[in-house]
Amino acid sequence: MSDPSATTPRLAWRGVSKRFGDAQVLDHFDLDVPTGRSLVIIGGSGQGKSVAIKLALGLLAPDAGVIALDGVDLAALSARARRAQYGRMGVLFQSAALFDSLSVWENVAFRLLNADHVARPDARARALVALERVRLSPDVAARYPSELSGGMQKRVGLARAIVADPEILFFDEPTTGLDPITAAAINALIVDQVKRLGCTAISITHDLASARTIGHEIALLHAGRITWRGPAADLDHSGNPHVEQFITGGASPLPLGEAQSGRG
Amino acid sequence: MTAQASIPAALRPLGAIGRTVLGAAQTAGAITLFAARGVAAVFRPPWFGRQLVGQALAIGYLSLPVVGLTAVFTGAALALNIFTGGGRFNAEQVMPQIVALGITRELGPVLAALMLAGRVSAAIAAEIGAMRATEQIDAMQTLSTDPFHYLVAPRLIAAVVALPLLTVVADIIGVAGGWLVAVKVLRFDPTLYVRNTLDFLQSWDVVSGLIKAAAFGFIIAVMGCYHGYTASGGARGVGRATTNAVVSSAILIFAVDYLLTTVFTRS
Repeated sequence: MSDPSATTPRLAWRGVSKRFGDAQVLDHFDLDVPTGRSLVIIGGSGQGKSVAIKLALGLLAPDAGVIALDGVDLAALSARARRAQYGRMGVLFQSAALFDSLSVWENVAFRLLNADHVARPDARARALVALERVRLSPDVAARYPSELSGGMQKRVGLARAIVADPEILFFDEPTTGLDPITAAAINALIVDQVKRLGCTAISITHDLASARTIGHEIALLHAGRITWRGPAADLDHSGNPHVEQFITGGASPLPLGEAQSGRG
Repeated sequence: MTAQASIPAALRPLGAIGRTVLGAAQTAGAITLFAARGVAAVFRPPWFGRQLVGQALAIGYLSLPVVGLTAVFTGAALALNIFTGGGRFNAEQVMPQIVALGITRELGPVLAALMLAGRVSAAIAAEIGAMRATEQIDAMQTLSTDPFHYLVAPRLIAAVVALPLLTVVADIIGVAGGWLVAVKVLRFDPTLYVRNTLDFLQSWDVVSGLIKAAAFGFIIAVMGCYHGYTASGGARGVGRATTNAVVSSAILIFAVDYLLTTVFTRS
């Protein structure tokens, strides 16, 4: 008898729809991410990439459809069970989303201190290890987020995402707003850490260089659905007009109002 | 044909009134549910001691100067007004008793609460609103930490405990302000003023003011947290949340003050 866990995707969206006012952002959206793979969702601004991630994280509720983690419908979980599932996840937010009032090490150790109730000296030691993994020296640990550059904030956000050795990592526009050199460094760190942890990674970006570097597979989200999916190496000869348009940067074939729903 | 177009023009103002009433009812319901969730978080673990201490300092200790200054000037002005008004029917001598009563039952808790509505409710709404705008609240949830436990509950506890304590300070300083004016300006006997005040005051005068203060503290924290938590629209949304927190806190403080005063005076 075959092992069902070998075929059940780690994370799956099944017929998920989400609307904001008049804008149908996701429309029967289907996608699955196999365990241990890194999938990057690309797509233009306002196509619903961030919404897809926020739905998977339980930060938004779908209007229809199911989001399943290891085959279990996330909507069926109690608040406590949902919080326990968060323990398996790490998230790097677009803005890094560091807590202004906490020092760098307290940010990195936030889950350890407040959810896992690890003693402060132990949590600090683990935070310093995580900071070292993202190439930040221990002397930044006592600083506050406002004292760091954008690239350093992203590194701290990455350290916070990996500190508890998650099974699933989410990256929301990891290189947005960074210069090419810093972006390349962040991409390399993401690849290193996903490989080290052996975890499943789901990233969203419209930075093609980043998508090619961090993804085993790439999927294009367009008009609320995945219109192409394939290995990162096939991106340049996908044969899909939307992918080609995304790569070449051609003008949108859609009317302006339709392409600009205002959601990432 | 839209629903709006099918309504006769003469009835459209009624539609606008209806929408306003429904909107207000919806907001009241949302605030009630938010407050209930916040109160539940106060009584259920986990509790975040560091957050509570930080909020107690920010809401209580750091509000002492503004509450003290407000109280001393209010007590002093009240003394002058009562002396002048009382002089119209030869009742100047009851000024100490009326100052004490006015401060402990009404002005101490209400003015301390209004100062906190401006200082604390606004700060809470701005801080939580900025956290919402920069995805910090989303991040907190994904870090297995319920924002109602980490952000809302400590502010609720700190405000409900701190405001009665600040009111005690306001009562003492307010009466002292009245004493200062009575003794230095109006030539009252200092010892007699204090004796008249203490002999006249009943414990319920002070306790009823402290009960009001606890209710006002709850209002200030809930309004600040609610408007910050539900802020949307970036920096402009945070500004709107701050304004709404202060205005709604102030209006509710006056409304609840009247309700509690009615209950206390009947009992």
